Amino acid sequence: MPATTVTAPADRGDSPVRRAGGAPAPGRRRSGPLARIPVPLWLLLPAALVLIPLFGYPLYQLGLLSVLKFGQPQASGGVPTEFVGLSNYTDVLGDEQFWSVLGQTLAFAAFCVLATLAVGATCAVLLTRVGRWPRLMLMFGALGAWAAPAMTGSTVWMFLLDTNSGLVNEVLGTQGHNWMYDKWSAFAMVAVVVVWHSFPFVMITLYAGIQAIPDSVVEAARLDGAGTVTVFRKIMLPMLRPLLVIVVIQSVIWDFKVFTQIYVMTGGGGIAGQNLVLNVYAYQKAFVAENYSLGAAIGVLMTLILLGVTAVYVRSLRRSGEEL
Amino acid sequence: MKKLARGAALAVLAGTVATACAPGTAKNTTSADKQTGTVKVWLYDEANRAPKEQVVAQAVADFKAKHAGVEVEVSYIPTDAGPRAEKMKGAFNDPSSAPDVVEFGNTDLFGYTASGGLADITSDLAGWEEGKDLPQDLKDTAVVDGKTYGLPWWLGVRALYYRTDVFTELGLSAPTTYDELKSAAEKVRAAHGDLLGIAVGGKYTFGALPFVWANGGDLAARGGSAYASAIDSAQSQAGVKQYTDLFTDAICPAQQCADLTGGKTVEAFAAGKAGMAILPNSSRSAVEAGAAKDKYAIVPLPGTAAGKIAPAFSGGNDLGVMKSTQHRGLASDFIKELASKKNQLALFDAMGNLPTLSSARAEVVQRQPWLKPFTDTIAAGTKFVPKDAAWAKIDAQNVVPTMLQKVITGKSDVAGATKEAAAAMNSSFSGK
Repeated sequence: MPATTVTAPADRGDSPVRRAGGAPAPGRRRSGPLARIPVPLWLLLPAALVLIPLFGYPLYQLGLLSVLKFGQPQASGGVPTEFVGLSNYTDVLGDEQFWSVLGQTLAFAAFCVLATLAVGATCAVLLTRVGRWPRLMLMFGALGAWAAPAMTGSTVWMFLLDTNSGLVNEVLGTQGHNWMYDKWSAFAMVAVVVVWHSFPFVMITLYAGIQAIPDSVVEAARLDGAGTVTVFRKIMLPMLRPLLVIVVIQSVIWDFKVFTQIYVMTGGGGIAGQNLVLNVYAYQKAFVAENYSLGAAIGVLMTLILLGVTAVYVRSLRRSGEEL
Repeated sequence: MKKLARGAALAVLAGTVATACAPGTAKNTTSADKQTGTVKVWLYDEANRAPKEQVVAQAVADFKAKHAGVEVEVSYIPTDAGPRAEKMKGAFNDPSSAPDVVEFGNTDLFGYTASGGLADITSDLAGWEEGKDLPQDLKDTAVVDGKTYGLPWWLGVRALYYRTDVFTELGLSAPTTYDELKSAAEKVRAAHGDLLGIAVGGKYTFGALPFVWANGGDLAARGGSAYASAIDSAQSQAGVKQYTDLFTDAICPAQQCADLTGGKTVEAFAAGKAGMAILPNSSRSAVEAGAAKDKYAIVPLPGTAAGKIAPAFSGGNDLGVMKSTQHRGLASDFIKELASKKNQLALFDAMGNLPTLSSARAEVVQRQPWLKPFTDTIAAGTKFVPKDAAWAKIDAQNVVPTMLQKVITGKSDVAGATKEAAAAMNSSFSGK
């Protein structure tokens, strides 16, 4: 997205935040040696109390596990746990399959993010344009898809796509066609289900954002002679930007970590493992093959990749002058 | 301020790291030998559970009559490889919620033993009067390093089921060689486009292995103390080629058959959608309940030459005692009760599961002539998977199905796929 610094965001809630970085509001400082440190730290404390046990500890366990040799014999067979340094990591990184799975995961996630955003945004715009009843129907349908558990949704879609008795083959007259046989066809079907599951979040969020844009701003722009495209580019997009940021980050994380749809629809990774993504690959290594430490190493690598992707994204936003 | 906050957060994190402990391992609970209380039993939840439940209920009643003050709690666990493995690992990791007695597939034994889940029952079986009747080769399937960890409960071997109505109509007779099998399959599908010539599956390991064994190949061979894969030997490759050659549009189209499991081939044959299938004796009840009822016959799976039988996998389930049991003596008495001749015969009548005790087997074979192809197959010699904990991993990682599927889908040729599978197996055998 191009960096557009239009007046609109300044009127909104984020202006005090920006001011806090430069010239702090008066009256917030107290005197004394601890004065400069504690206030923000104290404010962080409640969050830390929740986050450290819930996220920090499991992450630590994950990291620890990844430098040990730890399988089922170690977990329950009384075989001593062995420190093996980085050998799990070298095993993973030296595995050709890991790299092909990583590439597949990135491509699949990127496609799903773009598709989810496109479908979600289109539906959001549609919601603002249609009458009450169609809007209700669309809302209802989308919420239904959103509410469906990933497991149920995937299973139902598999009924529809069934080779011999599925509705899709029935309608298309292609009985006996196995949609999950070809690698790309299988990925495409899973992508449809992933998008189907996640577009309602994008739709609702953006719909709320569009509704929150004051009519007066749009009207003013129109009076100044702006057409639909200009209104969209110069008014709506900048005002929606904070929401878009959140939606994109959420989608990236969700789609990179997709598990259920792939696991259920391709039976654990597809014919000869052609549809593996990182999360399913890690599951196969950790739990199916009972190599918990190798699975942990893949988990650590996944965390690092996601942190990296998010960091790059956040940085590019900061450069373009956006606040999170 | 931000830097300080970040530093503080790191410090807190470091603190947690320092005080936290190593990954959880199951406490080494010692087993006990309480004479009262509840004996917990996990059995497989077979497709037709009601008849099995009846047999088990009777065995429980008999057992309780002999042991005052003892309750038996039977639960049925899923039979599919994934969920079943999860359940068993849970039991190993948390002995307090583990059962005392478990039923398990005979190939699972080596993995379970390495995980420290099963108790050594060598001496329990040595003193078991009825057990003298248990053939040595069967007992050997439950032995690791000279110790017995399982009591073979029932057997399942696979043979060739075929549709008599279709074969008669086309003037075919039951195949006696691989070539006849293949051409019969082609003729069936040519005449009936809605039938699979033979239902085979890319995920059906135990349907494929007889072809490998019939050609003189094997999964692995023991060289000294360790196994080494032999799936890429010339003989094994010939077997893999024979099996994967059945996945053609003229027999069993890859689109439909590449991801079939053994269970799915049972369904296909029972539903009357296949001319032939390689199914175990225990699937007969499913076929009897389906559209193919009264329209099928069974012969041993033909080998490479006429008169030869392709060696079958000697499948079956064992009973075992959990290492963490608090009722060591009762648990061992209970598995002997379940595996008594009386109950093995009852189980056969209810499910069609072949008894392991020689005398019981002789009796049912006399009573039920349909068993002949299965007993002939057993008599011709059966084969087994490598008796190594690594097999559980190889199986769970779908090494053999992946190999088959690569050939079936044309992603790889037989030589390439078998080489890759051999490498994967060897890395498991070497403990990676």
